[in-house]
Amino acid sequence: MTAADLLRADLRLITDIIPVGSRVLDLGCGDGSLMVHLRDEKECEVRGIEILPDRVATAIGRGLSVVQGDLDEGLGAFPDQLFDVVVLSQTLQVVRRPAFVLGEMLRVGRIGVLTFPNFGYWRIRGYLALRGRMPVSKAIPYTWYDTPNIHHTTLKDFRDFVVAKGGVIEREIPLRVSGWSKDARPRHTLPNLLADTVLAVVRAADVGE
Amino acid sequence: MSGVKVIRLPVDLKLAGGGYLPQIDIAYETFGELDRNRSNAVLICHALSGDSHVATGPWVDGVERPGWWEPMVGPGKAIDTQKYFVICSNVLGGCSGTTGPGSTDPATGEPYGLRFPMVTIEDMVDAQAALLDAIGVKRLLCVVGGSMGGMQALAWSRRYPQRVASMIGCATTWRLAPQAIAFNEVGRTAILGDSGFMDGDYPADQQPEHGLAIARMIGHITYLSEESMRDKFGRRLAKREGHAYDFVTEFEVESYLAHQGRKFVERFDANTYLYMTKAMDYFDLAGDAPSLAEALRNVQSRFLFLTFSSDWLFPTHETKEIVDALCQVGAEVSFAEIKSPYGHDAFLLEPEEQTAFVRPFLESVYEKEFAAASSRLKEGDAV
Repeated sequence: MTAADLLRADLRLITDIIPVGSRVLDLGCGDGSLMVHLRDEKECEVRGIEILPDRVATAIGRGLSVVQGDLDEGLGAFPDQLFDVVVLSQTLQVVRRPAFVLGEMLRVGRIGVLTFPNFGYWRIRGYLALRGRMPVSKAIPYTWYDTPNIHHTTLKDFRDFVVAKGGVIEREIPLRVSGWSKDARPRHTLPNLLADTVLAVVRAADVGE
Repeated sequence: MSGVKVIRLPVDLKLAGGGYLPQIDIAYETFGELDRNRSNAVLICHALSGDSHVATGPWVDGVERPGWWEPMVGPGKAIDTQKYFVICSNVLGGCSGTTGPGSTDPATGEPYGLRFPMVTIEDMVDAQAALLDAIGVKRLLCVVGGSMGGMQALAWSRRYPQRVASMIGCATTWRLAPQAIAFNEVGRTAILGDSGFMDGDYPADQQPEHGLAIARMIGHITYLSEESMRDKFGRRLAKREGHAYDFVTEFEVESYLAHQGRKFVERFDANTYLYMTKAMDYFDLAGDAPSLAEALRNVQSRFLFLTFSSDWLFPTHETKEIVDALCQVGAEVSFAEIKSPYGHDAFLLEPEEQTAFVRPFLESVYEKEFAAASSRLKEGDAV
């Protein structure tokens, strides 16, 4: 098993869709797992922002350049369109200002690649409908009062959100990540019901094709 | 035997303020060995009151003395002297072996005093570069510094971009805020107003003690934080039960400051204090460039900056300005703010927290630098 096989399924998919040699900014990059793969497999020039100092330290040890920062404060340091790709994986739901963060992503990058848990997934709907309680699952393992996830969304709501904020979804890959298989499997039928995770490629609407 | 070596620079130094400084001696120490690729040299730049003795070893009197950054530099430490070749020199204008205002002016045979030319952070860096030329170190794996040492490291990366693979700045800044200049000025005023100062021509063994001690006391207040002072001293009284209702040293914080002042006078020169603080005040990394980002456009190093949450002398937001400017020009920069109650002094008091960043940073830079140096060597062989 190579290190690439150990990469979280959604990160594997992100690595696959990012073109070779891209300049990539990874927002909420954690310990830099994705950045390492983009650098080593895709010859990307990568930068990261992470809020937790111990993760910054781990990423630095991997030879990565990571700045401790809070995405809710914006990406003021970076000029417009500095990056080819800006990644926000499993982080949209934890920021205080999702619309602001999306705007910043599309300002500093040509395209944005986002992944987020889909709150419209049937198991989550079922959990709330049948138990009458806030859903807790493997993918969303937190109690309502102690969770970093303060902005859950469904795929349908996400689509409206992107358009309302001046973006266009260029590509949408609904996935089923949890369950018996470790693979992220695309779910193209009834995606808002059958996908527990969504990967979306987004760009600003006013940017030429 | 002393670990401190003194080298006479073979060149006169052209200073930023104009004019040449002749016959410069640089006191320096080295720890560890240069590797076969010459790719492991780490220059450590000291802060305002530091010297070349960054790691433990024999001092000029031959007696083993702990280094000023002993928890960070040594065998097995973050800056591992078994792995890296560490160089630390006393800055130009200093008073621990390098030419400074206390040195003899070759033109008059008398000590320079205030006739010593004003030196800048850039001049200090040029003197270090000349030292490295003289000892055969062409390229640095890393330039590291805290506080004023960080200013030198920053100046290195702008002034000699090709010579510096990486730089680490701890609790530093790219230019002093007016508040920091203000504290420096109060310190200088105390020295200049001491009746024993004699326009800088005081005898070597008769310093303007009162003024220099006050300057150091003010300095120490700015190095601590409100929280660390509360924890360290509270309102406790030193060696007495009740208040004296007199102007004697009563509170522990007073006795601490008095002690720091006394200790400093024994080891540091008042003129050097004037010159060092002035060099810090003048420092502006952006220099003549239209913006800090423009000034840093040609840097080629990897950067690591660490700040401390309670440092109000060189606060985090000032370092963030450097980080932002480097991000803007696409440089490789990492940054973290370490939570600490110790104020500006934290860069000397938080070795574990700093090690968590400095060790992996240096290791990853060294891995790359060693490989690059190896391939350069091979190419050289082919020719």
